[in-house]
Amino acid sequence: MEEFLQQLTNGLAVGGIYALIALGYTMVYGVLKLINFAHGDLFTYGAYLGLTLLTSLALTDRVGFALGVLVLVLMVMGLVAILGAILERAAYRPLRESPRLSAVVSALGASIFLQNTLMLIYGARFQVYPDDILPAATLDFFGLYIPLMRVLIVLASVAMMISLYLFIQKTRIGTAIRAAAIDQGAARLMGIDVNRVILLVFLLGPALGGAAGLMVGLYYGQVNFTMGWVYGMKAFTAAILGGIGNIPGAMVGGLLLGVIEALGAAYVSIAWKDAIAFCVLILILIVRPTGLLGERVADKI
Amino acid sequence: MNRFKPFVVALLAGLLPFAPLFLNTYQVDVLNSIGLYALLALSLNLILGEAGLFNMGHAAFYAMGAYTAAILNTRYQIPILWTLPLSGLVAGLFALAVARPVVHLRGDYLLIVIGVGEIVRIALVNDVFGITGGANGIFGISRPRLFGWVIRRPEEFFYLIWGFVALTIFLFLRLKQSRFGRALNYLREDEVAAEGSGINTDYYKLAAFGLGAAWAGMAGTLFAAKMTIISPESFSFWESVVLFMIVILGGAGSIPGVLLAAFLVVGLPELFRELAGARMLVFGLVMMVMMVIRPQGLLPTRDRRFSLAAPFRETKR
Repeated sequence: MEEFLQQLTNGLAVGGIYALIALGYTMVYGVLKLINFAHGDLFTYGAYLGLTLLTSLALTDRVGFALGVLVLVLMVMGLVAILGAILERAAYRPLRESPRLSAVVSALGASIFLQNTLMLIYGARFQVYPDDILPAATLDFFGLYIPLMRVLIVLASVAMMISLYLFIQKTRIGTAIRAAAIDQGAARLMGIDVNRVILLVFLLGPALGGAAGLMVGLYYGQVNFTMGWVYGMKAFTAAILGGIGNIPGAMVGGLLLGVIEALGAAYVSIAWKDAIAFCVLILILIVRPTGLLGERVADKI
Repeated sequence: MNRFKPFVVALLAGLLPFAPLFLNTYQVDVLNSIGLYALLALSLNLILGEAGLFNMGHAAFYAMGAYTAAILNTRYQIPILWTLPLSGLVAGLFALAVARPVVHLRGDYLLIVIGVGEIVRIALVNDVFGITGGANGIFGISRPRLFGWVIRRPEEFFYLIWGFVALTIFLFLRLKQSRFGRALNYLREDEVAAEGSGINTDYYKLAAFGLGAAWAGMAGTLFAAKMTIISPESFSFWESVVLFMIVILGGAGSIPGVLLAAFLVVGLPELFRELAGARMLVFGLVMMVMMVIRPQGLLPTRDRRFSLAAPFRETKR
């Protein structure tokens, strides 16, 4: 039972990270029907920017752990969001009217470019987050000892997801995003500036992805320049699992995938850990082609 | 420009067979990998380019063919080239099994092929059924023998590989101009209209998928014969991505375009070896810029034209 609960909470933390990345995929897909293959690399940028800011500014020494990490998260989110907007401007906007598969190749090119930029700056080796900055405390939940960091990650990712959900559902701008996702032409006729909606989506998604990157760095303590592809693929699987284009779907899909993977690695086979996610995806798509929460049937690619 | 095109093509095709006479062994070896990638990209072009089916897991079918050939050769001593039809069949049937459950869905569901590619790679690493040799792969694959001639040197492989490429080009050009090829293009342009015109969309999608995968499987056999050692890392997601980029960069559905793109994507990084670490950075940047400048690809296919006088006969293009 102890082992099970440990794996479950670990799965929720990883799942929260997947969900945050998956939101970026699903929002861009919802509005543009484009799979942003460079999104995983923006996530890696979040992890590396977090590392650099953490070590160079020493925020946690100056203002304390809680405030320092909060400021750090906001800085990383802001910087990665700007990067996302630049990416949209440089790699996707010129291809808005082109065949969709051309934009996919542009995305792949951007992904390779971003990844290799990181490699040239930081080197190809794993980079290690300093472990003395963060408190290694564990919390006692009725005899179950859970690392503080894991609890913080679950709380932070859930908080971000709830804020995004409220933003999308309750504000005028959120309504505009939903409208543009349903029908761009009609949204334009209703006076919505679709270009600004797309830009906003490319700010929000990468901001969440960058935060997820920082979380991975804090949780596992080490980051690598190629990790964007692995996490990206998992998060992307989570987005399809929940129904691509569907925002609550990405959240559910991410959390579910994290838990299934953690439990699968613990009880089935660790060697097959990475295959479990894809097997689950295929099974779910055969039973429920639109994903768990998806309703709308997507157009052809 | 168009007047000279046949001459340019004829000149290049005429010069290629003499390339091993002028190039050193390393350069011939690069040409050989270009040939293999061209073969794979042509097979993917049938699926992605002609039929417009999103396949970013082509390496899975390539791996299926290569491993089938390697297992048959090392365990049962079947000459490697004899395994060609069987490895094609295995890869093709596997592709049909993958595509069958999702092919009738309208949407991006073939994205699961990415997942299938990863499952295949992980299965190979984990030594599934105890026959794939795990992460080390399979070694000791015998050299191919053609009419009593053992193919060993890169110069000899050059003719084997590019001979197969030439055959593939010929067959795929014929296929493109057939009823089958037109049906695939119709499917790509407008699935609803194609179905409305009496095209059995599921059948044609599956046929394109199976045929393309089978061809990739045969390319896998040639790869196994050339390397004599295969391991899972040769069939990673990266390979699928490179093939995807070759097809779209060349111009979806364009056989000359795909060939040109294979030369550029595989050959240029070899030429720029002195850039070392920055090589892939430049590669990514070039891909982005190329797509922005030429979204339709380097050598896009032109639409079929039909003259009014002979409405049912395709005019010379």
